Amino acid sequence: MSTLWHVADVVSGHPETETSRTIGLRVNGLTGNLPGQHIDVRLTADDGYTAVRSYSLASAGMDEMLQITVDELANGEVSPYLVRDLAVGDKLEIRGPVGGWFVWRPTNMNPVQLIAGGSGIVPLMSMIRAHEASENPSPFRLLYSLKSPEDGFYRQELVSLSEESPKLTVDYVYTRKAPPGWPAAPGRLTAETLLANILPVDPAPDVFICGQTLFVETVAEWLVGAGYPAASIRTERFGGTGGTR
Amino acid sequence: MGIISSGFRGRRQAGSPALPPGQYETASFPVLTAGPAPDIPTEDWEFFITTEEGRSHTWSWDAFMALPQVDIGTDIHCVTSWSKLGTSWRGVSLDTLFEDVQTTSRFTTAHSYGGYTTNLPLRDLLDGKAWIAWEYDGKALERAHGGPARLLVPHLYFWKSAKWINGVELTQEDIPGFWESNGYHLHGDPWREERYS
Repeated sequence: MSTLWHVADVVSGHPETETSRTIGLRVNGLTGNLPGQHIDVRLTADDGYTAVRSYSLASAGMDEMLQITVDELANGEVSPYLVRDLAVGDKLEIRGPVGGWFVWRPTNMNPVQLIAGGSGIVPLMSMIRAHEASENPSPFRLLYSLKSPEDGFYRQELVSLSEESPKLTVDYVYTRKAPPGWPAAPGRLTAETLLANILPVDPAPDVFICGQTLFVETVAEWLVGAGYPAASIRTERFGGTGGTR
Repeated sequence: MGIISSGFRGRRQAGSPALPPGQYETASFPVLTAGPAPDIPTEDWEFFITTEEGRSHTWSWDAFMALPQVDIGTDIHCVTSWSKLGTSWRGVSLDTLFEDVQTTSRFTTAHSYGGYTTNLPLRDLLDGKAWIAWEYDGKALERAHGGPARLLVPHLYFWKSAKWINGVELTQEDIPGFWESNGYHLHGDPWREERYS
């Protein structure tokens, strides 16, 4: 029952970027998660006060292990604790994994275009890992929009995969600072750049977009305008609640 | 009480009796949608109610706007844990739209432009509990939030308040809609934390 709270052991934690941290969790009796699902995390203070937030899973295994990557939000209530205070050996309460829409299933043979804005890479990484671990030969292409190279999640893994995997292509767009020698100046993503760096309409790719609300809205509109069927585009937005408190 | 997270204090904004369990208050208005937002000009917009006998009641935008309009002040609660208190809307009560509808059905499916569906018991749409809203905070409802018009059922989690509403189909059985088929609760009462199936 996904409505029940489970106790998760924090089994690992390492910084992903200067502001984010990847946390490994083990949940007794869990049999994995679908690529793209999320969990709810509940924190309880010593007087009983609780706060719950949803986090996308980066993992895609069939065992008791889950992985999330948490980006610390300025003035966040939960994320600063998870990024800075939570220790390996601690326990967390989680609910899930949940979600049956923003998921990729290894039985799906369509080509897949993934489009990530910033920390929106997390559920897409889950799909990439599941795809790599599967026999599914369909092409995956990731467009990853980043402020700077230092903001990239899973950098080494994505570099290795893009060099070694025949099934995955990774493209980057840098909005504030590009790596040395990068052929394009950093700047906001445009429709032209987007369309030049994704699978064309022709192979009818399934599209998964994840990022901040405005990023997702904008990209989805461009795709629909360019003829990608709305029914083939799945979106997940986050961070919409931030910045006001 | 759950497991104590040592050192966690939280923001202590609790204390509002308006917040259902597990919710936190936000001042912004997050946008959550499964796909791209449909673009529906009001001249093409239509609202229908279809009965189990196949009878259709339909309203054009102009006919809909000619109905009695009401102002609604309410709190809204999203299953992703944010709540927004004291929101203001303008629209037409479902009681008005159902005035001439004869039915013995107990359930409904709300249909949206773009293909989204969500199921609601008919009793959750009537008696002053639900509206078709076209104005938010004094302005025309933005497309991202469901404009030109959305269902507003504030006593249930907000995924029930279908954006880009197109019509309501009366059904004899409770048929899971889009999110209900994807792991979410058939009913969705925030005060009972009916989040997931």
